[in-house]
Amino acid sequence: MGRYVARRLLQMIPVFIGSTLLIFLMMYVLPGDPVRTAMGDQQFDPAIVASIKKDLGLDQPVLLQYWHYMTNLVQGDFGTQISSGREISDVISEAFPVTLRLTLFAFTFVTLVGLGLGIVAGLKPDTLRDRGLLLLTLVLVSMPSFVLGILLQWVALEYGGDTFKATVTDSTNFSELLLPATVLAALSLAYVARLTRTSVAENLRADYMRTAVAKGLPRRRIIGVHLMRNSMIPVVTFLGIEIGNLMTGAIVTESIFNVRGVGIEIYEALLRREGATVVGIASLIVLIYLATSLIVDLLYAVLDPRIRYA
Amino acid sequence: MTTIDKTSSVPSPRGSDDFGGPLLEVRDLHVEFSTRDGVAKAVNGVNYTVSAGETLAVLGESGSGKSVTAQAIMGILDMPPGRIPKGEIFFRGQDMLKMSNDERRKIRGQKIAMIFQDALSSLNPVLSVGYQLGEMFRVHQGLSKKEAKAKAIDLMDRVKIPAAKARVNDYPHQFSGGMRQRIMIAMALALEPDLIIADEPTTALDVTVQAQVMDLLADLQREYNMGLILITHDLGVVADVADKIAVMYAGRIVETAPVHELYKRPAHPYTRGLLDSIPRLDQKGSELYAIKGLPPNLTRIPSGCAFNPRCPKAQDICRTDIPALLPVTERDGGELPGRGSACHFWKETIHG
Repeated sequence: MGRYVARRLLQMIPVFIGSTLLIFLMMYVLPGDPVRTAMGDQQFDPAIVASIKKDLGLDQPVLLQYWHYMTNLVQGDFGTQISSGREISDVISEAFPVTLRLTLFAFTFVTLVGLGLGIVAGLKPDTLRDRGLLLLTLVLVSMPSFVLGILLQWVALEYGGDTFKATVTDSTNFSELLLPATVLAALSLAYVARLTRTSVAENLRADYMRTAVAKGLPRRRIIGVHLMRNSMIPVVTFLGIEIGNLMTGAIVTESIFNVRGVGIEIYEALLRREGATVVGIASLIVLIYLATSLIVDLLYAVLDPRIRYA
Repeated sequence: MTTIDKTSSVPSPRGSDDFGGPLLEVRDLHVEFSTRDGVAKAVNGVNYTVSAGETLAVLGESGSGKSVTAQAIMGILDMPPGRIPKGEIFFRGQDMLKMSNDERRKIRGQKIAMIFQDALSSLNPVLSVGYQLGEMFRVHQGLSKKEAKAKAIDLMDRVKIPAAKARVNDYPHQFSGGMRQRIMIAMALALEPDLIIADEPTTALDVTVQAQVMDLLADLQREYNMGLILITHDLGVVADVADKIAVMYAGRIVETAPVHELYKRPAHPYTRGLLDSIPRLDQKGSELYAIKGLPPNLTRIPSGCAFNPRCPKAQDICRTDIPALLPVTERDGGELPGRGSACHFWKETIHG
């Protein structure tokens, strides 16, 4: 087990380098550059632009720029934004908790409602309530999050009164985060509900369930212990991966509801061609992805004794 | 979280009930399943009895209704699609089909236990065997986790699993096939039930292990004076351990007999066919007999005797009249206790 974790942690290094390099290169090939963007529409002497770029090290070959960026990064220096002059680490530490709050809110929603719906439907497969869930999840899966977001915003404006706000002004207020969290959760929730439903319905027919009944166990124990322990294995795996997906999904949701999280920061940084900010935030998300997938794999072995890592 | 019935937690001494009849009596049991192609009649009027200490072997091909009958007794049929339109199942004189769900649940595992065919899929893969064995004591007798684990180790010792103490926390997949089946037996045995139903307990095992498991089962049955219903399609397994045999075909019992009588003189062409299709060393080189055709589709059971399309002796009457299970006698009318055949021509079959 220890060796397995060590190996997985080591594997993270090339993945991390590769993904940051990719994002860095993509930023580089985008037309436009941060200095010109910062100057806006004003006409500036190309010589001045070139000299600023030289000061910032933007005239160097891209791989060299990447090298400088990475050596600073491992020392904990994310760099500085060109247009605002803010430390990128400040930007991140300000925006990240907001996104984290939104993501965890959505994640709780996904887990509770998704699992709940899935179990309710899976215990009675092919009944009306099962079909109802299928329809609901189909709607949620096929509706893009910006459509759902704008729809809910409109509903909140028309009928929401004071409880439901169409935009977020205070991201520590959970009642304001309710709508964006719902929109963010919708897609994952539909997947989790379907997956849970299938897993429960399938395990319901398993031989060991018949054994549990034959043992004279009460129904609550049969469902709660024998069925759930087995049905949750794929769902937990999926939920772990979804944490990462929710964080990236937050980028769209944040801009709809004006939540000042990393989503908006990364979007604005993209427009301004602030490579360092984009790569900094993106690599943080990559790290979270890697960490959650490792935790999920370890959790998988805990849930299913047939899986053993050496 | 678990309901524990304090009154039933003390196992009643065996045979102390004032009820003197057989342990289990199945009367005219019918079971059907609604399927897409219509109603499948899996069991069509089965009668049998099992007494304490007695072993009844139920023999038949796949789909003959032997397992479905057992599941009906156990109360683990999937209903729906299953349905019991007719019949009674008396356990110690009480009709279990009229009991409440909770009453039946208390009988399951405690009074009647079941051993399943495939121990790997029948044991929960994510719970340790110690947990699964101990669960019986925790739920039915209200023991603590620790006490239950000690009992589980005892049980594993009793079914001769080596190093029980070290292996109690292992998971089903870490055991060999034979050991897994022993765990299933231990689980059925846990609360020393009055009746054990073993549904093809050795089918998934190789031959040497088969013999070990059957011996173990027979020993334990003697020790506790339990009734045993052994469901199998293996005629070899039956001969060693059973007291009496019921042969099933298309949901009906076609022949009943004490075990050795059946092998010596079958009174039904189907039984004869089964016996003839056992490979024999002294007939090496000659072609092995096989019963022609396939078992009937249970949604369209042939009229008359269900076996008539495959029967070498079938006459017109076989295609119209369903033969009843009638007592079989000697040629001179002398009684043959425990024998019965559901064939219009049983006389010709046994004596001819």
